[in-house]
Formats: sequence, structure tokens, C-alpha cells
Amino acid sequence: MRALLTLAVALLSWEALVRLTGLPPYLLPSPLSVAAALWTHRAELAPAALLTGWETLVGLALGAALGVAAAVAMALSPRLGRTLGPVLIVSQTIPVFALAPILTLWLGFGMAPKVAMVVLIVFVPVAQALYDGLMAPPPAQLDVVRTMGAGSWAELRHLRFPAALPRLASGLRLGAIYAPVGAVIGEWVGGARGLGAVMIHANGRMKTDLMFAALFVVVALSLALYTAIDRSLTRLLRARGF
Amino acid sequence: MRPMVSGQVPGLFGPLELVLEPGRLTCLLGASGVGKSTLLRLLAGLPTGVEFRGRVETAPSALMGQDAGLFPWLSVAQNVGLGARLRGEPADGTQIRALVAAVGLAGLEDRLPAQLSGGQRQRVALARTLAEDRPLVLLDEPFSALDVALRLQIGEMAARLLAGRTVLMVTHDPAEAARLGDRILVLTPAGLAGHPAPPGPVPRRHDAPEVLAAQAALTRQLLA
Repeated sequence: MRALLTLAVALLSWEALVRLTGLPPYLLPSPLSVAAALWTHRAELAPAALLTGWETLVGLALGAALGVAAAVAMALSPRLGRTLGPVLIVSQTIPVFALAPILTLWLGFGMAPKVAMVVLIVFVPVAQALYDGLMAPPPAQLDVVRTMGAGSWAELRHLRFPAALPRLASGLRLGAIYAPVGAVIGEWVGGARGLGAVMIHANGRMKTDLMFAALFVVVALSLALYTAIDRSLTRLLRARGF
Repeated sequence: MRPMVSGQVPGLFGPLELVLEPGRLTCLLGASGVGKSTLLRLLAGLPTGVEFRGRVETAPSALMGQDAGLFPWLSVAQNVGLGARLRGEPADGTQIRALVAAVGLAGLEDRLPAQLSGGQRQRVALARTLAEDRPLVLLDEPFSALDVALRLQIGEMAARLLAGRTVLMVTHDPAEAARLGDRILVLTPAGLAGHPAPPGPVPRRHDAPEVLAAQAALTRQLLA
């Protein structure tokens, strides 16, 4: 409720600012004109949103699966953990934006480079969060498991992995927030379709209202994705006794 | 066989020899930080984080600690059958139900640990320890987080259910040692010393005069 109020105040001040200063719409469109653009360009925005959403989902699923696989492999092999751990950190310092053109060069102008961008963005937080969890099992349970004569695989499967699920969930939530950004960047650089492409074209043609409308759709998409993932993760964790 | 630890940990305890009597419950009493848990972990084959110089002769053991160490995502019954689950053996449902009943939790088999009280969680841990059916049972201050009434009640239950097994119970509570120990050993910075246990089979009454006398003597020994 308070959030809605804040939003309303912000929109009103924005509308007032545009009207009072007489800023031209190509510099700053008013919220009303953005809403109008949202409606008039619906035939362009809807399929773009679907495509961007689809790229995001595929990339999120792939990136999460790869992240989980990497974390488990690192936990099972200490040598791999020591080798790959620092690589993960270093990879996080690379601005993924810079990689978008080269991904397009490698993978073409289709869906692949956009999905790859999402995978790159999602992979690290998921792998890092799960790996941290796998390496810090609850000590009392670990003692019990060790005296019971479980091998390292059983230890991972029955204790380390389930105990790390809340950490994995945190990684997935972070991934879900950043994932749509990855898809948009991919479309920005090398795409004729999707919300990113709509934004770039709108900018080029000074159709700032359409640019803002596309931005609005990205935000709505991200929030919807985050909420859906957050809710289902919370429910899953609760069902497992967390 | 007699499980034993013989050796020293520089900076923690000097040369000492801890030998457990088969079929008896040995209470190892001592203040915090004198190395009781280190001795227990050596017998359990668990990492101690210190440099131990000496010899350990031990047997496969079942462990119960101050933290019940239950798996929050497993039911009471599944926690009791944890060992079989970990080793990929089929769960023995009849045995599990019998053990859950033996610790007084019949009917709660499907509860999750979060739905249990602290005392109930320790009972589940006790049932899990019994389900392992190992030649050596190691209890590391299992009741020290419980209130006095629960400590008496669950301690008595544990002593009865563990009768005839080779048990090492680490505790910092002289009253507990006097009630539950077939043998009592006191670990101080000066070393490991035996202390005569009060007469009578365990669990002994908490207010029996000999138990109270032993409790007082043990407390003096800890303060010395």
C-alpha cells in the first residue's frame, strides 16, 4: 500500500515536472505519454516481451543448471574447488556488457547469444552461493553423518546438498533479478527483435516515449519473474522444514 | 575390546590414558575447555582440530551431542533411520517404530524436528543413536541444554536404554555423573583421575544421600 502511494507521488511529480518545464517529449516524456505509447505500440511490445521473457527463462534454467553442476563438482573434488573458485571470482569482475558483441559474433543474431548472456549472468551467483553452502554444512549433523560411516557422495547427497538449499535459493533469487538485464543487453547489441531491440530502435528514432514504455515492460517482467521464483522457492523450502 | 585413548595434546592435556570398560557407562566429568570433547572425538574418529600425539583404539561408534543434530527436512522416523538411509540400506520400519516408542514419542513419527520441543529432539537423537546398534556409544553433553526436570527424566531414560552397552558420556554436571555413571572419571588440567561411583545400579535416584555426597565430592574435585 505504501509502495503504491510512493509510486503515485513519483508519477505525479514526474508529470508535473514535464508540464511545468515544458520539456520536449524526446528529452523526457510524461508518464501519461508513456502509458499512451504502451497502448499504441502494444502490437510491437507484446511479442517483444514474450521473446525477451522466453530468452530469460531459458537462460535462467540453463545458467542455474550449470551453476548447480559446477558447485557440486567443486564440492566433490577439492582440487577442482581450489582451481575453479578463484576463476569464479575473477569472472565476476568482467563487465558482461563487453562480452555481448563477441557473443553475437560467435553465436549469430538468433536467440543463442541472448540466452548465453543470461547464462553468464546467472551462472556465477548460483554456483557461488551453492558452493559456499555445500562447504559449510551444519557441524552437529556432519559429525553424526561421519560416525555413521557415510561416503563422501552420501554425505553430499543427504546432508550437504539439502542443507545448502536456502543458499541455493538466495543465488537463484539474485540470478532471477539480473537475468532479464542479460537478455536485454544481448538484444541491444545484436538483435532485431525483443525489448532490447525495441529500445535501441526507439532511441535512434527519438521515440523516447516508446523507449520508456519498453523499459516499463522490462521492469514489470523482471518483477513478475522475481516474485514467481521467490514465492515458489519459499514454499519449497518451507515444505522441506526450513 | 576396551576402547582407549592414550597420549597427549600439547597445550590441552598432558599424557593420560582413558580406557572404557566394556558394557559399562563411563562418565567423563570436567570443566569446559579441558579436552573432554577432544577425547570423545578421538574415539569417534572425528577431526579434533588439535595435534594429538598417542594411540587410539576404538570401535565403530554412535554419536549423540548437545545439539541433537537432527535433519530438519526429515521426519522423526526418517531421522531415527538416518544411518540406514545414508548407507543405502533398507529402513527397518518395525525397529524404528519400536525405538520411537521406547523414547516415549509414539505417534509423532511423521513430525518434523521444527515441530518438536528441545527435550523431544534429544529423545529422537537418543533413538537414532540406539538404531545404529554400534559397539561403542559416545554422548557429548547430550542433556546440557535441557532444564533440570528434563535432564533428570531423559538422562534416566538414556541410562536404562543404554544399559549393557559400552558408553562414554562427557558431561560438566557432577550431579549427572553421580546419577548415571557406572564409572566416573574426572578430567582437570592436572590430568585424568578416577572417582568412586556411588553404590547401586544406574540410573540412581537424584536425591539419594550417596548420590548427593558423590556430587559434592565431584564438585570439590572440579574446584580443586
